[in-house]
Amino acid sequence: MPAPVIQLEGLGKSFPGGKRPALGGISASIHPGRVTGLVGPDGAGKTTLLRLMAGLLTPSEGRVAVKGLDPAKDAVRLAPVIGYMPQKFGLYEDLTVGENLALHADLRGVTGPERQESFDRLLAFTDLSRFTSRLAGRLSGGMKQKLGLACALLGQPEVLLLDEPGVGVDPISRRELWRMVRELVAGGLTVVWSTAYLDEAELCQEVLLLNEGELLFEGEPGALTGRLRDRCFQIRDIAGNRRQVLTRALCRPEILDGVIQGHSVRLVLRPGQAPPDLQPLGAGPAARLAPVPPRFEDAFMDALGGGPGGESVLARHAHQASADREIVAEARDLTRKFGDFTAVDRVTFEVRRGEVFGLLGPNGAGKSTTFRMLCGLLTPTSGDARVMGIDLKKSPGRARQKLGYMAQKFSLYGNLTVGQNLAFFSGAYGLRGRLQREAVERLVTAFKFEPLLDAPADSLPLGYKQRLALACALMHEPDILFLDEPTSGVDPVTRREFWTHINGLVEKQVTIIVTTHFMDEAEYCDRIALVYRGRVIAAGTPDQLKSQVATADQPEPSMEDAFVGLVRQQEAANPPDLAQAKGA
Amino acid sequence: MVHRIFSLVRKELQALLRDKQGRLLLVGPVLMQLAVFPFAATLEVKNNTLAVLNEDAGPESFELIQRFSQAQAFTRLLRLEGERELADALDRQRALLVVRFPPDFSRSLAAGKAASLQVILDGRRSNSGQIALGYIRQMVNTWLAGQRPAPAPELVVRHWFNPNLDFVRHIIPSLVAIITTISTLVVTSLSVAREREQGTFDQLLVSPLTPGMIMVGKTVPAILVAMFQATIILTAGIWVYGIPFAGSLPLLYGSMVFYILAVAGFGLLVSSVCATQQQAFLGTFSFMVPAVLLSGFPAPVENMPVWLQRVDWFNPLQHFIVIVKGVFLKDAAPGVLFQSLWPLLVIAALTLTAANWVFRRRLA
Repeated sequence: MPAPVIQLEGLGKSFPGGKRPALGGISASIHPGRVTGLVGPDGAGKTTLLRLMAGLLTPSEGRVAVKGLDPAKDAVRLAPVIGYMPQKFGLYEDLTVGENLALHADLRGVTGPERQESFDRLLAFTDLSRFTSRLAGRLSGGMKQKLGLACALLGQPEVLLLDEPGVGVDPISRRELWRMVRELVAGGLTVVWSTAYLDEAELCQEVLLLNEGELLFEGEPGALTGRLRDRCFQIRDIAGNRRQVLTRALCRPEILDGVIQGHSVRLVLRPGQAPPDLQPLGAGPAARLAPVPPRFEDAFMDALGGGPGGESVLARHAHQASADREIVAEARDLTRKFGDFTAVDRVTFEVRRGEVFGLLGPNGAGKSTTFRMLCGLLTPTSGDARVMGIDLKKSPGRARQKLGYMAQKFSLYGNLTVGQNLAFFSGAYGLRGRLQREAVERLVTAFKFEPLLDAPADSLPLGYKQRLALACALMHEPDILFLDEPTSGVDPVTRREFWTHINGLVEKQVTIIVTTHFMDEAEYCDRIALVYRGRVIAAGTPDQLKSQVATADQPEPSMEDAFVGLVRQQEAANPPDLAQAKGA
Repeated sequence: MVHRIFSLVRKELQALLRDKQGRLLLVGPVLMQLAVFPFAATLEVKNNTLAVLNEDAGPESFELIQRFSQAQAFTRLLRLEGERELADALDRQRALLVVRFPPDFSRSLAAGKAASLQVILDGRRSNSGQIALGYIRQMVNTWLAGQRPAPAPELVVRHWFNPNLDFVRHIIPSLVAIITTISTLVVTSLSVAREREQGTFDQLLVSPLTPGMIMVGKTVPAILVAMFQATIILTAGIWVYGIPFAGSLPLLYGSMVFYILAVAGFGLLVSSVCATQQQAFLGTFSFMVPAVLLSGFPAPVENMPVWLQRVDWFNPLQHFIVIVKGVFLKDAAPGVLFQSLWPLLVIAALTLTAANWVFRRRLA
């Protein structure tokens, strides 16, 4: 193996006021001509590490060397060597594609005949030549990402640092980007790719797995997943309730981790344990255990020592949803226009009681717009949105009393305490006196908030923030709960705990409507509407969607394969016109 | 409904008072302005340099110069020799003004003729210059009166409600109005923008709270905070700066509520069209600066062109300063105050309606 390009020796970084170091003494090496993944959930220290490598931060302890040089001290000599693409791609949205390139070329000192030559080469490489005069802010997520990459590649760096290039980009563009990165790596470039999507780790040649500032694993991803060989199974052909099967399975000592995958339940065994007997799990007579290849996420859970357990503390205390009606939410020809751009185009679907319904699609596809119309944050241009049979246009207040809403990133009043947040949200939903006290007490007991009542919400660890946000959304015992990208970027343990609570609510017939661009999250849904360019292009159970794209070569496609396949089918049937593409 | 609004108000106050920083921010700037404003923004002229070019040799000019140099306004006296130095003294701002005694000053006086005295002012400092000129004129007149055997008919000026023309009496009531404006804008527009940034605003909008309730929930804390800060200034004005409070407190606080409503309407209007705190900050700033400049605090409204005075009618601060001064300094009758109060009512109705309309439209 050639000598490493980047060498980390006991590298640590603390920020003033931080409870723990953002990065705690990491030693690793990154080798040339490969894609090295910096993998871990939000807050793992990925960005800090990248910024240390780029010389944008100085280490608190240890050292980092890029080609033997200190990136902070030898910034001038390393500048031509390192290309860095920050999160959100580091573009000036009010400049055109061409101006962005020119600016970055000026900054990196790319001049003379080399300048135009690199522009031509990079524009051809990223397929952006047709769009040089378009404002960067008007590009789609995938195109922004390509432009960001082109800017980072100016001056022909030897090391490319990419900070979460896959966020906010649809799976098709993500695959395109991976193709381009592989091409660059084949040409000798060293790429460091940070990501919170654990499935991306499997695409890297080498992985540094980070969690809470600690390095959990360094090496080829296969070496990590290899530890789980013969320990991963799917329970298929379940006759009973698959959520209950999962709950029971997670309570057994031999099970390390488990998640729902469409109609099946995926289980990971603890090392050296035999698979469980299916009958006590209530999986039905036809249920069978099928071995499946381990995923990187299984390995991550293994490295962390397993998930949060199966039983939701919330489920025991949760309210029973009213059983008045079968159809609890419906969209009929829902359309929303912004100027001459149609963000949502005649979307129709129904959501049944006690179901987890997912709106799946890339950013800008129109799923958030649909979602916002359904919970009354946006008025439709035409068409109807009803919740519990109530038209949101006619009596929004009455409809809102019946729905709970959890915004992205658990938005709470950060400087209010846990108790004050609970008191406020219960009051906002019209609870008072004894009823209010009881509702707050019920959730405080369920989520074990007692010792935290006086702590500001900002100071809580992520898992507790999520619980508090959920508690605030459930205070008024809504029949239907809206979740906007609930667990994107969240570590898998917290994500599992979250879905355990959600499963507990569903058992009480509460209906869940969730938006996500996260393919794994879609697996938890009973039904999915796939939104693309403002339209629902496919709807059904996760297994139905997957079976629509199953082929002889790919008998068991993943959710992402299903997404990519269905979008391609749609595009082949009616090619997108440019006017739509511009706004998307 | 009342209970829901109460929850909103309580949440807002908790958010403001929760940490030490927040509490400090409520009191600190007020105390600082209170300490600095009455001294820094003074219109009195003190501690300046007077330059004298005396081409006369008589006792009269000598006597006058003595008197000038005793005045509080001029702590330094600069004696000039010749016209070159005169120009230089003003050019380099070494003196605020120059008094020049012509060679025949004493002779003319002795002959019983009118004597002239030249005063040259620095036009770049016109305000202070004008005031200093007034002092000079007064001193000359007093001296003249002492010279004549029979006192000539004399104009006696008395400034009512501020007999000593104490500038603090102008500043403190205006400060009450200005601080009220700032805190109302901060509590309304910046806090809505912050909630938008943090995503909690969506959380409010999906709750059964109506936009109207949310607006009330933002306005009531603004009233409480602004009144609290105004009280600090009033107390300091009365007890520290010793300004007698002439009027009725209920009248003052009552009209303050209407003023805060008018400003809160502006604040909410700004916040309803802004997505970030930065935009909201710029928005409130672009309201604050013209509102203060045109309020009659730095310069009288009557001196503005008529069209600007008409536009300025919509500036609530202008009306409120009149009310505060009226109640504070001269116990103005409610009927007189109503002249300034009804425009506030109209402005409050306009801004709040507009804010409510934009709020709803932004949802659509």
